[in-house]
Amino acid sequence: MKDSFGTVTVKATMLVIAALLLFAPFLFQDIRALEVAARICIFIVLVASFDLLIGYTGIVSFAHTMFFGFGAYGSAIALKQMGPGWDAVAAGTIAGIAVSLVVATAIGLVSLRVKAIFFAMITLAAASVVLVLASQLSQVTGGEDGITYRTPELFKTATKLAVDEDGKVLRWFGVKLNGKLAAYYFVFATSLLLFLLMLRITVSPFGTVLKAIRENEARAEAIGYRVVAYRTFVFCLSAVVASLAGSVYAIWLKYTGPDTALSFAIMIDILLMVVIGGMGTMWGAVIGAVLMVMAQYYLRDLMGAASEAVASVGVPFLPELLAPDRWLLWLGVIFILLVYFFPRGIAGTLMAKGIRK
Amino acid sequence: MNVLLSIRDMKTSIGQYHVLHGVTFDVREGGVFVLLGRNGAGKTTTLRSIMGLWQPSPASITFKGQNIAGMTTADIARLGIAYVPENMGIFGGLTVQENLILATTKGRFDQIRLRRIYELFPALEQFWSKQAWALSGGQKQMLAVARAIIEPRDLILVDEPTKGLAPSIVAAMGEAFREIALTTTILLVEQNFNFARSLGRDMAVIDDGHVVHRGTMADFAADSDLQGKLLGLSA
Repeated sequence: MKDSFGTVTVKATMLVIAALLLFAPFLFQDIRALEVAARICIFIVLVASFDLLIGYTGIVSFAHTMFFGFGAYGSAIALKQMGPGWDAVAAGTIAGIAVSLVVATAIGLVSLRVKAIFFAMITLAAASVVLVLASQLSQVTGGEDGITYRTPELFKTATKLAVDEDGKVLRWFGVKLNGKLAAYYFVFATSLLLFLLMLRITVSPFGTVLKAIRENEARAEAIGYRVVAYRTFVFCLSAVVASLAGSVYAIWLKYTGPDTALSFAIMIDILLMVVIGGMGTMWGAVIGAVLMVMAQYYLRDLMGAASEAVASVGVPFLPELLAPDRWLLWLGVIFILLVYFFPRGIAGTLMAKGIRK
Repeated sequence: MNVLLSIRDMKTSIGQYHVLHGVTFDVREGGVFVLLGRNGAGKTTTLRSIMGLWQPSPASITFKGQNIAGMTTADIARLGIAYVPENMGIFGGLTVQENLILATTKGRFDQIRLRRIYELFPALEQFWSKQAWALSGGQKQMLAVARAIIEPRDLILVDEPTKGLAPSIVAAMGEAFREIALTTTILLVEQNFNFARSLGRDMAVIDDGHVVHRGTMADFAADSDLQGKLLGLSA
């Protein structure tokens, strides 16, 4: 079947985003831009793994940041305790995955039989408990201050990946080939791999079963699918991917605390990204993550510039309204407009347009 | 001929309502067994109880010699029973292809069976990549039946497949069922007596949660008094 114009547009946008992220260190040569690019990569994975639950299977969970936090804290604690080696990265990542799997299986088997609202409440309660524990077990987790640690030698900014004749770090298109660059490409490659894995899952017969369960559980049962088993499996799968994303984020940030790994603000961000991008399409996760992270980092700057511009023209009231401090208000307005004009999310609405009926 | 499905004194309650008060009948292997009855008699509840969608009384259903009362719906389906419900039970948000692939055990099609389905229902090949919600009522029914036969099944439960369909589609559906019945047993619930008569070998009439008549379709079709008494049909 030929793709609709909307689908072609979305796929072309994906290629552009992929290219921008791939060459980000060379295209945007400042630290902040690299931070934004890395955060986008990680949130694409996090949002896509959440979309496996909410968009593909119809499971509403508020515990996604909890699994992200397990991965982040696993790596952080291991790197702190064992030192900055690959063995610590491996041990921390595996520990994060193991804890995520155990908790997800327990929650899934106990509560995926109950109605969606009760399941959502149970995940909310579990996430709250873990957040409180992370704050209170300060000897292990660093409490509210979190943990700062060193990462493997390869990712140190001082590490020279290549040197010139003078022994100085080699530059390629003006970019230093150092540990920071290696860390970014570690984040990029891991995120790409995890995203492609989830994409493959969604187009497989397993993905079709998930969509069938989302649409009608009883019908899926009637053709032979054990719905609880499938729901539990996808909940565990999504938890493992979120945990891996958490580990990668911990390695990138070299700091893990409740605000960066477990807070409900992250959960709300993920929800907004899924809604903005479009549920039930992996491409939506990419669009949602890119737009939301960009807005979080650059909307203030943009509003500051706009405020100054209208003030210089002498327009009354508007400079106040566009003051950078009001960026959250405008983010809310943008969100409402996006939901109004793209009721199925940007990717979902575009791909539905022009589809053969 | 062997008994494939045996129902013995099956009682089913939905909430506080006792719908089936002791249904008993046997379905022999091969051909079409028709379950007739007035609206609200308990025909759909019987099919849903067999599939485990409603919980029947214990040890009341035997399929290929195995007690299936109390098993989960998914496990019953895996034993080789397909169900085509009254509302067709297709997944509107999925394509025709996805709806069919869901019913395969290995996630891929047996090309011989797929070709047979294309022959029975050419519209499905034409709208292969179309989302199921966009199909016409007849095409949706074809898809529902096709999904039941995309893999070999021992028994297909079909609930009122002709409801709301145009006469030409009903005729096509009849042809399809005749061919399917050559290799698979069908338990058909139907209000359209002419359609049921043209297909059925054995039959039962259910009324107020009890089976009030069992026999062959040929005998029942020949007895217009009995039809009038049990189904309210005029001669």
